[in-house]
Amino acid sequence: MISLSINGSSQSLGDIDPETPLLWALRDTLGLVGTKYGCGIAQCGACTVHLNGVPVRACQLQVGNLEGQEITTIEGVASEDGALHVLQEAWIEHDVPQCGYCQAGQIMSAAALLAANTKPSDEDINTAMAGNICRCGTYTRIVEAIHIAARKLDQGGTA
Amino acid sequence: MNNLQNGYNDPLDAFEPKQARQLSRREFIKLSGMGAGLALAVVSVPFSKSATAATDGVEYNLFIQINSDGVIRIYSPNPEVGQGIKTALPMVVAEELDANWSDVVIENSPIADEYGRQVAGGSRSVPTRWDELRAAGAGVRAMLIEAAAGEWSVPSSEVTTNQSMLIHAFSDRRISYGEVANLAGELSPPMVDSLTFKNPEEYRLLGTRITGTDNMALVTGKPIFGIDLQLPNMLYASYTKCPTIGGRVVKANLDEIKALPGVITAFVLEGTVGVTSFDPRGVSVAPGVAIVAESTWQSFKARDSLKIGWDTSEASSDSWSDYVEAAEELRGKEGAAVLLEQGTAAQVINDAATKVSSQYGFGFVSHAQLEPQSCVAHWRENMMEIWSTSQTQSEVRGSVAALLDMPKENVIAHQYRGGGGFGRRLDNDYVREAALIAQRVDAPVKLQWSREDDMAFDFFRVGGFYNMQASVDENGKLNAWNSHAICLSADGEKPNSGAGLRPMDFPREMLEHFKHTQTLLPSKTPTGPWRAPSSNSYAFVEQSFVHEMAVVAQRDHLEFLIESLGEPKWFKEGDSASLNTARAINVIKTVAERAGWGTKQQPVGRALGLSFYFCHAGYVAEVADVSVDKDKKITVHKVWMAVDVGPVLNLSAAENQCQGGVIDGISTLMGLEITMTKGRVDQSNFDEYPLLRISSRPKIDVHFVKSEYSPTGLGEPAFPPLAAAVCNAIYSVTGDRIRDLPIRKAGYTI
Repeated sequence: MISLSINGSSQSLGDIDPETPLLWALRDTLGLVGTKYGCGIAQCGACTVHLNGVPVRACQLQVGNLEGQEITTIEGVASEDGALHVLQEAWIEHDVPQCGYCQAGQIMSAAALLAANTKPSDEDINTAMAGNICRCGTYTRIVEAIHIAARKLDQGGTA
Repeated sequence: MNNLQNGYNDPLDAFEPKQARQLSRREFIKLSGMGAGLALAVVSVPFSKSATAATDGVEYNLFIQINSDGVIRIYSPNPEVGQGIKTALPMVVAEELDANWSDVVIENSPIADEYGRQVAGGSRSVPTRWDELRAAGAGVRAMLIEAAAGEWSVPSSEVTTNQSMLIHAFSDRRISYGEVANLAGELSPPMVDSLTFKNPEEYRLLGTRITGTDNMALVTGKPIFGIDLQLPNMLYASYTKCPTIGGRVVKANLDEIKALPGVITAFVLEGTVGVTSFDPRGVSVAPGVAIVAESTWQSFKARDSLKIGWDTSEASSDSWSDYVEAAEELRGKEGAAVLLEQGTAAQVINDAATKVSSQYGFGFVSHAQLEPQSCVAHWRENMMEIWSTSQTQSEVRGSVAALLDMPKENVIAHQYRGGGGFGRRLDNDYVREAALIAQRVDAPVKLQWSREDDMAFDFFRVGGFYNMQASVDENGKLNAWNSHAICLSADGEKPNSGAGLRPMDFPREMLEHFKHTQTLLPSKTPTGPWRAPSSNSYAFVEQSFVHEMAVVAQRDHLEFLIESLGEPKWFKEGDSASLNTARAINVIKTVAERAGWGTKQQPVGRALGLSFYFCHAGYVAEVADVSVDKDKKITVHKVWMAVDVGPVLNLSAAENQCQGGVIDGISTLMGLEITMTKGRVDQSNFDEYPLLRISSRPKIDVHFVKSEYSPTGLGEPAFPPLAAAVCNAIYSVTGDRIRDLPIRKAGYTI
C-alpha cells in the first residue's frame, strides 16, 4: 500500500506496482491527467511535476521511492482559493498555447524558475526551460509570458 | 504536353469539395438546417450533443443554440489540433450573429454527416466553412430581429443589433438575445439570399486578438485531450507491431503474457495487410499483438516480456542509403517520364553561357506530434463508440464501419482535442486498431501508443531528391528551367503521398522553356501528408535554386526573385489555388522592406536570406538574419514574415501559427531526419530526433498584409519558406550551398 502527498493531500495508490512511474500513477490511478505522457525517457518535459519544489520528470520516478515526499502537479499550482498562479494567468492572457499538450509541463518548469528567481533574464529562462519541448513552437510566447508573470508577481500576483 | 498532375499525389484532394464554394441555398439548408420547410430548425443528430447543454435552449441550426439566460452556445465542427480552429470558426458565427463574445460558450460539435467535412487538413477549414458559418450567424440574427420586431410591433427594418442586444432606436427599447430566444425559435428561418452580412469594417471580433477557448482548461490540467479520457471500468491496451514494417505475426508467447500482473488478456490481430498505406477512409490494420491490462503502465511493461515470431517475407526492406545511392546515379540527368514540356528547356540550358545544375535532397521526417496516438473504443451490442483525436473525424465512422463490416449508423464518434497533428492524425490507423481490440474486450478500452510506436509507425513525410537545371540569358534573366523529381513510390505508378512536384504555376507560367521529368524509386515505407505536403520540402529546393540562379547571374536576390515572377497577374482568376503574382510580389516587397533588405551592411559572419512560397492559397515571404561561426554553429537572430492569407480571422492565433511555422521550420531544417535500414526505422524517440529547444528560437516579426481576398488557411503555408531563407543566408555568409536536409549532416549545429 503506497500513499503519496500530492498537491497537499495524502493519496492512496492501493496495491500498485512500486515500479510504476509517477506519471502513470497520477494519470491512470488518481485521474490527475494534467501531467502528460510525451516520450517516457525524460526528453520532452511534458510530464514535469515538482518533487519537494524541484522540477522533475514524472516518467522517471517510481512511486515506490516517493513516500513522504511532497509532489505538486499542474492541478495543484493554483492557490487553494482557486486564484490562478500568475503563470497560468499570463499563459491565458498572452494566448501561449497552440495544441497546448506541453504547456502544463512548461508551466511547471516556469513555476519552479519563478519560485527561485522572481526576475529571470532571457538566459535564465533558456536554462530553466531547456528540458521542455514545444512541438508547435510556442517558445516566443512562453518567454514573453514568463516575463509578464514575473511583472505580475512583482505587483503582488499569486504564485 | 502537361501531365503534371501525374507527378503529385495529395490524398487530401479527395476530401475537397468538388468545386469552389459558392453556397447554394440547397446546400445551406442541408448544412445549416435552415430552410423554408423546417419550421423549428432543430437538427436531429443521433446522440446528445452535450451532457452539459442547457435544456431550455433553442438550437436554431447546427451551429447555434441560444438559452433564455443569454448563453450562446456555438458548436465548432472541425478537429482542433493546435491550429486554433475551435476558437476561429465560432468567431465567424458570432461575428455575423453580432454576439457579445463573453456570452459565447464553445463546444465541439458532434460527428455527423450533417456537418459535412469535419477535417483538419489542407488548411481548408476556414475557406470551406466561411460561407456557411457566416450564413448561420446572420440567419439567426435575422430571426432574433424578427422576433423583437414582432414583440414591439415595429418593422424589422427598424431593429438593429449590438453585442447580443436588440435595439429599437426610435422608441429607445432594448431586449437581449436570450429574452427573445424562444420566440425567435418559432419563426421560419430566412432564405440565404435574403440575409445581410456585415461589411468587414463593421467587424468587432474578426481580425482582433481572441484568446483560445480552451486556454483555461489547458493551463489548469483539465482532461481535454484524447489521451486524458477515462471511462468507468476502462481497460488499457498496448499494441506491438513488427519493427520491420509490414511483418506478420507467426507466433507469440500469449500465455506467458496473460499471466503477468494486471494483464487481462493478450491476443494476436492478424491485420488486413502487411504494409499499410495512407488512407483515412481505408480499412487497413497492421498485424500485431494486443495486450489489455488494468493500467497503461502494465500494458507497457508486459511488452518487455513479449516474444513474437515475425514473418517478414512481404515486409519492407527499404534502406534510406539505397535511395541516396540511386539518386547519386541520377545526378545531372533528366528523368525518363516527361510530365511537362514547353519550349526547348534542355536545349536552351545546354546552349546557355550561364547555367546551373544541382541536386537537392531531403530526408524522411516524422510528425512527432507531442501527444502519442491514443484512442478509446467501446464495443456494445453491435455498436462501436469511438473517442479520438482524428483530423479526419468525418471519415472515422465510415472507416470503422467498413473494417467491422457493419452499418455506419452503428458507429458513434466523438472528437477530442489532439496534442498536435501536423497531418499525423489524418489517417485513422490507430482508431481502427482500437476498434478491433475493443471488439474483443468487454469494457471500454484505451489503446495507447508509446512514443517509440509513434515514431516507428508513422506515415512519414517522404524523403526525396530533385535534379535542378536552369539558365539565365545575357541580361541575367531566368530563361529556362528543367526539374527532375526523384520520388519514392509504393505502386510504381505515381509518387507517394506528399512526394512529387506540387502543380503550382511557378516558374513554368513565366518561362517559355520549362521541362519537368520524374523518376520513381520503389518503396514500401508508409508516407502521408505532413504539414504542407510536398511544399514542405520542395519550397527548400525551389527557393534555394532561385537564389543559386541569382548568384550566378550576379543579381540582387530580391530583384531577381521579383523579376522571375513576371508581370502581376492571377493565372486562373478566381481560383485561390492558382498563383496571383501581384499578391506574391506584395509579400516579397513587404518582407524585404521590414527586414531592411539591401539597406544596411551586415557584420562579418552574418547575412540575410530571402525566400518566398505559395501553397494552400497562402502567400508567405520570409527574410532570415543568420550568423555562422567558424565551427559551423549557426544563430538565427531574427525572421521576418509577410503573409497574405486574405483577412485574418484571429490575429492572436494566426500570429501563433506563423511563429510556430518558423520554429518548426528551423527544427526540421537543422536536425530532424528519419532513416530506415532494411525496413526498420532507425530512430525511436526524441533523443534521436532532436526537436528545437527554447534557447534556439529567433525573434520573429509577423506581418499580415491587408488583403481584399477571401480568407484562407494558415497552418500549412506558414511552414515552407523558412528552410531556404536560412540556407540562402548561410550561403551568403560562407559560400557553402546547402542542398541536403537536415543540415546537421553537413556539420552545422544551432
